[in-house]
Amino acid sequence: MTTQRTSGRRKQAMAATAVVAALLTTAACGGGGKDDNSGSKTGAAGFDAANNKVAQASLVKKGGELKFAASQDADSWDTTRGYYGFMWNFSRYYSRQLVTYKPEPGKAGAQITPDLATGLAKVSDDGKTYTYTLRDGATWEDGKPITSQDIKYGIERVWAQDVLSGGPIYLKDVLDPKGEYKGPYKDTSKDHLGLKAIETPDAKTIIFKLPAANSDFEYMLGLTSASPVRQDKDTKSKYGLKPFSSGPYKFESYDPGKDLVLVRNTAWKAASDPIRKAYPDKISIKFFTNANDLDSRLIAGDYDLDIGQTGLQAQGRATALKEHKANVDNPTSGYIRYAVFPQSVKPFDNIHCRNAVIYGADHVSLQTARGGPVAGGDIGTNMLPPSVPGSEGQKYDPYQLATANKNGNVAKAKEELKACGQPNGFKTTIAVRNNRPTEVATATSLQASLKKVGIDADIDQYDGSQTSGIIGSPSNVKKKGYGIIIMGWGADFSSVQGFGLPLWDSKYILQSGNNNFGLIKDKAIDGLFDQYNTTLDDAGKAKIATDINHKVMEGGYYLPFVFEKYINWRSNRLANVYTTDGYSGVYDFVNLGLKSTK
Amino acid sequence: MGHRTDSGGPRSRSGPRAVLAYLIRRLFAAAVMLVVIIVVVFCIFFLVPKWAGVDPALSFVGKQADPAAVEAIRVKLGLGDPIYSQVWEFFKGIFTGRTYAAGGDVTHCSAPCFGYSFRSEQAIWPVLTDRLPVTLSLALGAAVLWLLFGVSAGVLSALKRGSLWDRGAMVIALAGVSLPIYFTGLLSLAIFSYGLGWIDAQYVPIEQSFTGWLGGMILPWITLAFLYAAMYARITRATMLEILGEDYIRTARAKGLKEQTVIGKHAMRSTMTPILTMLGMDLGALIGGAILTETTFSLPGLGQAVLNGIKNQDLPIILGVTLITSLAVLLANLVVDVLYAVIDPRVRLS
Repeated sequence: MTTQRTSGRRKQAMAATAVVAALLTTAACGGGGKDDNSGSKTGAAGFDAANNKVAQASLVKKGGELKFAASQDADSWDTTRGYYGFMWNFSRYYSRQLVTYKPEPGKAGAQITPDLATGLAKVSDDGKTYTYTLRDGATWEDGKPITSQDIKYGIERVWAQDVLSGGPIYLKDVLDPKGEYKGPYKDTSKDHLGLKAIETPDAKTIIFKLPAANSDFEYMLGLTSASPVRQDKDTKSKYGLKPFSSGPYKFESYDPGKDLVLVRNTAWKAASDPIRKAYPDKISIKFFTNANDLDSRLIAGDYDLDIGQTGLQAQGRATALKEHKANVDNPTSGYIRYAVFPQSVKPFDNIHCRNAVIYGADHVSLQTARGGPVAGGDIGTNMLPPSVPGSEGQKYDPYQLATANKNGNVAKAKEELKACGQPNGFKTTIAVRNNRPTEVATATSLQASLKKVGIDADIDQYDGSQTSGIIGSPSNVKKKGYGIIIMGWGADFSSVQGFGLPLWDSKYILQSGNNNFGLIKDKAIDGLFDQYNTTLDDAGKAKIATDINHKVMEGGYYLPFVFEKYINWRSNRLANVYTTDGYSGVYDFVNLGLKSTK
Repeated sequence: MGHRTDSGGPRSRSGPRAVLAYLIRRLFAAAVMLVVIIVVVFCIFFLVPKWAGVDPALSFVGKQADPAAVEAIRVKLGLGDPIYSQVWEFFKGIFTGRTYAAGGDVTHCSAPCFGYSFRSEQAIWPVLTDRLPVTLSLALGAAVLWLLFGVSAGVLSALKRGSLWDRGAMVIALAGVSLPIYFTGLLSLAIFSYGLGWIDAQYVPIEQSFTGWLGGMILPWITLAFLYAAMYARITRATMLEILGEDYIRTARAKGLKEQTVIGKHAMRSTMTPILTMLGMDLGALIGGAILTETTFSLPGLGQAVLNGIKNQDLPIILGVTLITSLAVLLANLVVDVLYAVIDPRVRLS
């Protein structure tokens, strides 16, 4: 009797467990596409269908609400202050620039094309003067024309770092390297347009006069921080709460951390804008705090895509790949995940000790810790992301990290240890952000493989939100004995300068907010960056980028983990979807459309 | 009764004046405690990082920390001033408002100014008052459920000690206490929202749609109440069992009082004392932000605000929510103390 009752209960429990498991497995089946990879005409486009190519462009309809979901808000929606990648991508809905990225998939999307300007710059022979003429018909949301003075004022705001901090400052460094201009809020000239490096002879012409040539200058003008801002609409530090639109959409409402809604800017004229198709009537962002909930709602079809574009979480990823593979793309992002060795911490001042770590590491294990080849990325073999011109991808593998030494080479590592005078190994500390579980996993993996070669590494999980103050301070790094720092980096714009200048040029070793963690002071690298600035042809620039990457790898300053990849979701409703190298391999937001206006 | 009403000494000590005096005493203590909390929290946020060699100003600026930006933040927030001066400015701001100025940009924060977030460019007080109703509705709604089910289950378990009901209720209670909210929350979402699609479970403000709001709150209420009901059931059962063994209960029964009166009037009154204590503390803490529940269900309450604040190193918002939490705990305890005085005359007299 007892046995029978127990058995009955067990059966009930098993049945209940099975029901819950089935529900969990099939949860959120409403919005996904077919289970196969191939996709369909009306449903999902297919696995990787929008990766470097346009998916379902012919199905797009004008109208409807494009729904973004987000796990965090932007750092700022102010065009001068935003630095998050998704903010730059999204800001093209409400801001325009003289030039911008081509609205095309893949590598072509990282090329600069005219936006407010009628054409690319007329560049003087010495590469120091850039002249643009503005297009007709471009207006602000109140219908007034966008003038060259508005563009100059918008760029001048970058100088007001004391009020508008946070955004990129390339333009400030290039146009005013001595820091003579104090920004428009301290500008005593009548029109507050006192920056000498920019001239606006009339409302349609703008001329940039660079003290020294910089061949990436047009990339810098393509940044969101080069957007026009109208002086009478500048609310200074509060501008990000409601930027005044120069694009096809304008802010209807914004509640920080809760939601943001854009509606059509009726003053925008399609004829004046060669970039933006402006398909949806309305664009909304809903902010979530639970990334798993966000993924489930994406998969359920409540939202169209994740604005962060950093991939689904493990749970959502498993469901998506198993049940809705036709709804995902697996692009290579512009990010490299790596370990870097500060030379101020002994024995990492010795290249052989650095090499010992590079050879001793198990690269497959590091890749697995990052999520494996699909969700984590290909094994990183050098320090230039595949999307940057001049990159050779995995073909350049000086340490054979993806081939012969992919599981670590203990013998070679021990040889290097002998060469650096540490035949029995040494002790060091791995510094890793405590709010990045994947990075902590890579630190653990590295620690385990280094133990095999006699390198005893402690892991210090520091406060990840204090990164710039902790590992960005070389004196603190030395004091704490951080011999290995785990980090990741993506390009601000698609060039070796946009990726590597803050990491590798000795001029960028800062006492706070430093990103040249390796403390690289290599005259050859500095010289190559200088040479790059004055080289105007693309082939020449790519060659220098390759050379810089080689020099960095020859120095043994870095142990690359992966060329990062993502698993990104696109809903069945989306049409005209494509990834672009212009925004680190994610979807180009500005031309997304819907198949149905409902 | 008339005789007691007109009586002297003891009555005056336990009358309205005594309660008022008690209340004033408690309010004064609460105010002092709040000041101490502000000072301690200030030191934790603005002094301790300095000792650790981290400049708090750096956390307010972006990826490329321009020295001008760091200095401006230092000026705006008065981070270079001595800590007592910063605390004083903060106190002053609560009553008179505050003006932050640097680099030609002036930001005014109206009274009551509980600080200003230079991350989201918002004064803290409106953020708190905007998010408080969400947290309040979560905490109160869940409290109603857990009191209803937790206390009832506890009482019934105590009365039917050793029965199948008792065992079953305590096993469920054990599960409720053991299972973390992010598990039960995610499970409920997976089943009722993503799976069966019965409940949308996305927060909608009540002024937009009552049914939408109800749909968004029901799962968080149940999830939160499941945890607390379990705790309350166990406490209620234990207390009730202890009280049922007291002499005065035996006397009441011996006097021939109905069992309903013995339980409802005598036993429950004593049982409610520890329940009230718990309720006060729990509600206070929850009003400060049920972080896990709000995160799991993406509810835009104080818990979500503080979590975002932690992620973004937005110290003013963390400070603001911490103060609200402290205030809520203090107030809840004050209310509980007053209710004690109502329920138990010994408290008034002590």
